[in-house]
Amino acid sequence: MTPTARGESWAAEAVAQGPPAAIRTQDLRKTYKTSRGDVPAVCGIDLDVSGGEFFGLLGPNGAGKSTTIGMLTTLVLPTGGQAWVAGIDVVADPVGVKRRIGVVTQNNTLDMQLTVTENLEFRSRFFGLGPREAGRRAGQLIEAFGLGDRRKAMATDLSGGQARRLLIARSLVHRPEVLFLDEPTAGLDPQTRVNLWDILRVLHDEGQTILLTTHYMEEAEALCDRIAVVDHGKVLAAGTVDELKAGTGADTVITVRYESPVPEGLAASLAGRPSVGKVETDRDRVRVFTREPEGVLGELVAAGASAGLTVRDATQLKPSLETVFLTLTGREYRE
Amino acid sequence: MTSTIRTTAAPAADGKAAVPAASGIAALIAGAPTPQPTMTKTFAAMMARELRVLRRNAIATFTRAVMQPLLFVFVFTYVMPKIGGGVFLGGGAAGGGTTFATILVPGLMASMLLMQGIMAVTFPLVMEFSWQRTIEDRALAPVPISVLAIQKITAGAAQSFIGALIVFPIVLVVHAAGQAPHVHVTNWPLLALILLTASLLTAALGLLLGTIMDPRKMQMLFAAILLPATMLGCVYYPWSALHHIRWLQIAVLVNPMVYMSEGLRAVLTPGTGHMALWAILLVLVGGTVVFGYLGARTFTRRVLN
Repeated sequence: MTPTARGESWAAEAVAQGPPAAIRTQDLRKTYKTSRGDVPAVCGIDLDVSGGEFFGLLGPNGAGKSTTIGMLTTLVLPTGGQAWVAGIDVVADPVGVKRRIGVVTQNNTLDMQLTVTENLEFRSRFFGLGPREAGRRAGQLIEAFGLGDRRKAMATDLSGGQARRLLIARSLVHRPEVLFLDEPTAGLDPQTRVNLWDILRVLHDEGQTILLTTHYMEEAEALCDRIAVVDHGKVLAAGTVDELKAGTGADTVITVRYESPVPEGLAASLAGRPSVGKVETDRDRVRVFTREPEGVLGELVAAGASAGLTVRDATQLKPSLETVFLTLTGREYRE
Repeated sequence: MTSTIRTTAAPAADGKAAVPAASGIAALIAGAPTPQPTMTKTFAAMMARELRVLRRNAIATFTRAVMQPLLFVFVFTYVMPKIGGGVFLGGGAAGGGTTFATILVPGLMASMLLMQGIMAVTFPLVMEFSWQRTIEDRALAPVPISVLAIQKITAGAAQSFIGALIVFPIVLVVHAAGQAPHVHVTNWPLLALILLTASLLTAALGLLLGTIMDPRKMQMLFAAILLPATMLGCVYYPWSALHHIRWLQIAVLVNPMVYMSEGLRAVLTPGTGHMALWAILLVLVGGTVVFGYLGARTFTRRVLN
């Protein structure tokens, strides 16, 4: 079959060129068959993540992030394209991939029949440690993750933050080559989230390769070396935060909403300027993407006034992932 | 709820939510073991996990296993004969001097096998596939998904087997004077084989049911499957005695329970009269293979979407 053959040739090539990429995908696709027809979830994603990198998949809910992680962690079968993790084809050798990865899915998948310690011990043993070694590793993980006084608690009795820490600890029993974190801080209070960020930063500093999905802009910006912005199952743009900001030409985004619909050509004078990337008019709203925001708001107010329009509200967004998303999709980013 | 977690690396004074120290986390990576997982090690670890859970829930499991057969033999082989309402068994192969207890010993053991097999495999599985999909935890262990399915069947069969062993002394001992069962084992290896294959069959059935059941319709399991399987499974009467109702005798042949009851009847109470041994073994072994295969297939499909 071609996928395997291509995978092997790629792996052979990689050996010749040095260490393989931690994660690589080629036109990766997943279409779910449902009673209402085919539902495409991932529509051809190409990723290239190097060892030691902290990579983020950023996008709104339903963008295809979890499905992508599912395919990379062998729990979802792709319907097209290929993917390799640690140089291994995820379809041809799922067990080989599972040995080399740590995964924290969105759900609380702790073993509810076991205690905190047992959750770590048995996971260690699933990954080949002997009982004594597993006990030692569990103790080490419990200390490092600050779960010392909960070691004998049943997994059902943990708070949300404790459960999330235990889930991350559990994914590290065997020193995974790649750590996958699917929305690790979703639903956590801000303090716990920042606490988890600290943990992830230390892991990254120690050289741990991490792929994280998030729908929080600031999370991707705070943690990731590189980010792929994903929407509707496609990568819209990828790069460092700075590259994304520069590459999309999205600078400051100024939006003005008037009391009534905007006539054609209201902001025509702005659109002609070299510092202005583009001007969008949508019913009662004008949106200007510009590198020189000074005075633009005033001009929009004045232009509206001369056309007999009063301003209802106005926003000015500084260059951020939010403006990148706005530029790429034309839609406002909603978490 | 307020969070007690701090962002500094100092240990929390109240010890409630000590904060992970950066050095500790770093050491985790630097000092991580490099295990060499094999299928055998992972499988053994999963079985060890089942044993740990079983031990923790020992009292509940034991009570669940004991109560139904205990009450059953108490009412039917002690209370009923005492109050003069002994169960009358019509002629046929089961007639003559056969006590009801003799019929019940293999029957109740078989019914226990089925009950335990389903309880041990189907119930946990339905939970694991429900909203939190805790099945993903086990699915990420470094073994093929089919090995997970085999592990579930093995663990379920072991529980089923243990359940039958617990029931045996109870149904043997509890009865009124003169109502003792006539148990006579001549072929121990055959008894072991029947118990083993019957346990595996119930666990394989449990796996298939657990992967096709809608969690919201769990109560249907009792009404639509367990109850008819038991009542029409030759638990309370031998299959040969059904010749009075020929259509029923043929109809119940689709019920795997029949072969478990009759199989145990053949090795425990051969005096009662039982179905041909080849037919019993054919269904017990063949059924395990067929239901095991189907169960593993639907299981794999549900794990990998």
